[in-house]
Amino acid sequence: MSVIFWLISAITIAGALFAVILKNTVHCALALTVAFAGLALLFLGLDAQFAGFTEIMVYIGAVAILVVFAILLTRGSETPKDSVYSRFPVAGLVAAAGVFAVLGWAVLQSAGALPHAMQMPSATAKEIGYALVGRYVLPLEILALLLTVATIGAVIVALHEKEGK
Amino acid sequence: MFENLDQIFILLRNMVLGYLPEPLRPFVSVVLGVVAIVAIFPGLFALTTVFERKGIARIQNRLGPNRVGPFGLLQPIADGIKSLTKEDIVPTTSNGFIHFLAPLVLVVAVFMGFAVLPMGRNMVLVDMDCALLFYFAMGASSELAVFMAGWSSRNKYSLLGAMRAVAQMISYEVILLLSGLAVVMITGSLSLTKIVEAQNVYSGWFPHWYIFTPWGLAGFVMYAIAATAETNRSPFDLPEGESELVAGYHTEYSGFKFALFFLGEYLAMFSISGLGSTLFLGGWSAPFSFLTWVPSWIWFFSKLMLSIFVFIWMRGTLPRLRQDQLMNFAWKFVLPFTLYNLMVTALWRFLGDGWERWVVCTVLVIAGYVLLGRVSMRREHFGPRSYRYAE
Amino acid sequence: MTPLTAHLLVAALLFAIGLAGALTRRNAILVLIGIELMLNAANLNFIAFWRYSPHPEALTGMMFAIFSIAVAAAEAAVGLGLVIAIHRHLHSTDLDQMNRMKG
Repeated sequence: MSVIFWLISAITIAGALFAVILKNTVHCALALTVAFAGLALLFLGLDAQFAGFTEIMVYIGAVAILVVFAILLTRGSETPKDSVYSRFPVAGLVAAAGVFAVLGWAVLQSAGALPHAMQMPSATAKEIGYALVGRYVLPLEILALLLTVATIGAVIVALHEKEGK
Repeated sequence: MFENLDQIFILLRNMVLGYLPEPLRPFVSVVLGVVAIVAIFPGLFALTTVFERKGIARIQNRLGPNRVGPFGLLQPIADGIKSLTKEDIVPTTSNGFIHFLAPLVLVVAVFMGFAVLPMGRNMVLVDMDCALLFYFAMGASSELAVFMAGWSSRNKYSLLGAMRAVAQMISYEVILLLSGLAVVMITGSLSLTKIVEAQNVYSGWFPHWYIFTPWGLAGFVMYAIAATAETNRSPFDLPEGESELVAGYHTEYSGFKFALFFLGEYLAMFSISGLGSTLFLGGWSAPFSFLTWVPSWIWFFSKLMLSIFVFIWMRGTLPRLRQDQLMNFAWKFVLPFTLYNLMVTALWRFLGDGWERWVVCTVLVIAGYVLLGRVSMRREHFGPRSYRYAE
Repeated sequence: MTPLTAHLLVAALLFAIGLAGALTRRNAILVLIGIELMLNAANLNFIAFWRYSPHPEALTGMMFAIFSIAVAAAEAAVGLGLVIAIHRHLHSTDLDQMNRMKG
């Protein structure tokens, strides 16, 4: 495996690790952005250009900014009085380590049966467009409905109610 | 002879690559392209600072900088020396790491946008299939750098300026995308080289630039509005308005870091003007078919400098918009009009060649503009003033 | 170790880190950050399998990943809206304090 893949993976995993470890919430959000950028580079390394650029635009350009706005609106950037970890963090760590052990074992056990790379897939934007309105038109329409409902719902949920209602 | 002049940079690069062994060639080719971009655009930035100051000065009936060189043209060198030698003050309570990284992230994200602009025939640094998507992805990354700058300064005014700037940039980013989408719909490709080649067709003397179509003109105007808002230029420069917010999100930066923010803002202006001229003004294609002997890169840079001139003109002429006026304008007028423009573009595509589609689309665009303006930008009528006296 | 196995292991590690974050942090927003990491790890799995599959021209993996990105964005919006609304009520984002059904 190439050096670049391991470098990008290391950056991604480091970003993800810092996103769940750091005490200051805004630092966590910025480390999460680094993890997203690393993931987008991994997608680009897998020749999925559309998915990679969509990831940058949606996750770094929208979700990360949303997370940061939410942190600022909920006063998350001030230092908390108690510890930032919940009461029994060990249970969570054990569960996560267990999940990783199971997944890693499954991947390594079936390494012989997994396919190797053959041809270069061509996923031009044109083909993706044809697929979206051809084979996947129903998921596309449902996704449009879902996004509309989610946007309206999020605005209503977070709306500041007028005083004295 | 003129074909050689047109391709002179490509020929120079091939000549240099000819002296090198085979395995090094792709690497050196990319490095040469990157060095060219990093050398040309900051040089253009230096020239633009002088032109801006002199242009705005002339609009305001005064002379601009005129002491440093002939007509003040060496002023950028003086500015550069000043910003490099100024003391770099970092507030003690600021978040040092993020405070240091914010201008770097901004400049890197803005430089990446230049990689996909076709600056001449065959003169793209990276010819990608999803070039437009890449450009908008890099634009989205620069918003986070603005937030980082504002938050890490631990300053109420910086944070407020950063929040306003980010809200403004996200709102107008959607409009930028939708205006560009109309062009993509007609061309059938996200690749910027294909978009320019589709506009490089001449019927008689006139080129088939997209700005000469009704939906293209509407799209270009919306794109220009969104471009001024994205780069925080007047009349949308409340986030960095000196009279309201000190200097907004770059209050706490001094010396070279401030120069980097300044560089980032102007480079963003260049790349968004370059993208606008690629999408709507035909990129490197000549305006008349008898002028195609002029090299293509001259046309691209002329269009770029024309856009910059219009930006400077707008800055000197128009008053600043308030934040709520800005956001109202974006969400209530420009965004619905851009969506309506997309539908008109679709109608253009399917009405077939002929004079009918011109008439129908022009009427639809004008009607939509007038109706939407009347409906959504209604001014509130205020009642007579009531006075309350302190008793 | 084939490239596919390497990508799958990286995705599994990201998933585990996201799960650990979602389970051990107090702040509700950090739980959402953990969820986003888990969704992204699944996306990486999809794209890796799409790339090394015998029929990549069917674009199934890429389509799934694109839809997953869109759905994750919608879910982040709704989740963060909920966190903001709860904060307005309880003046805290501590998950251990959100333990009553009646507001």
